[in-house]
Amino acid sequence: MIELLYWEGCPSHPEAKALLEQVLAELGRDDQIVMTEVRSDAEAERLHFPGSPTIRVDGRDIDTMGASGRPSLTCRIYHFPDGRVSPVPSREQMEAALR
Amino acid sequence: MSIALGTETPSFELPGVDGADHSLDDYRDAKLLALVQYCNHCPYVLAWEGRLMALAGDYADRGVRVVAVNSNDAARYPEDSFERMKERAEELDFPFDYLFDASQMLARALGAERTPEVFLFDEQRRLRYHGAIDDSRDEAAVATSYLREAVDALLAGDQPPVTETESVGCTVKWK
Repeated sequence: MIELLYWEGCPSHPEAKALLEQVLAELGRDDQIVMTEVRSDAEAERLHFPGSPTIRVDGRDIDTMGASGRPSLTCRIYHFPDGRVSPVPSREQMEAALR
Repeated sequence: MSIALGTETPSFELPGVDGADHSLDDYRDAKLLALVQYCNHCPYVLAWEGRLMALAGDYADRGVRVVAVNSNDAARYPEDSFERMKERAEELDFPFDYLFDASQMLARALGAERTPEVFLFDEQRRLRYHGAIDDSRDEAAVATSYLREAVDALLAGDQPPVTETESVGCTVKWK
């Protein structure tokens, strides 16, 4: 199962969803993406949500480094190997998680 | 709702990471004053941080002052506490003042909504450009550097080519 957890207060989830759909199509997969909106601090705690967007494949976060972040209604930070910082995971992170 | 173009800079007196309090009057000699709604925790801020630092450095000797202002609720977002602001500024050697708007008064006076969000004021301290630093958080994809172009135009005595853009970033974290 592929889940995308998001918080409306952060504008990054549409871009993350579009990229995820693109990667899935390129890999020839027709999985449905289960979208879950996180609306409160309590939900963030319950869902172990370290920020928006959070993508899990079969329950495993595609960015294991950031998965243990403090549950919070916030934009999530993704660190790329070249030192860049992004509010959206990289295509490579998605591909690695889906292969 | 953000202040309209032409609006005067709201007055303020806020503590900076340098240990001093800073008021609007401290910047009276600046030809241009860019107040940038800012914070530590937002990935959009971090993505644009290098470009804002470069801009502040590039124009420092031309009378342009960049001032970053963090108004976020640090109780809910501890990364944005004053102590963490000091750490961040020291770690990166920010070439701009970094002020803590704990009461959120300045953010409310500006009508700020996002981080990062630029409010560029001219020598008369009237708002001349409001919005994003440029048109892409991915530096390699930038086609138009709104803030640089506005600064260049104003320094040359011209109108900024673009005066308002949409700020893309995290929401200001209100108390």
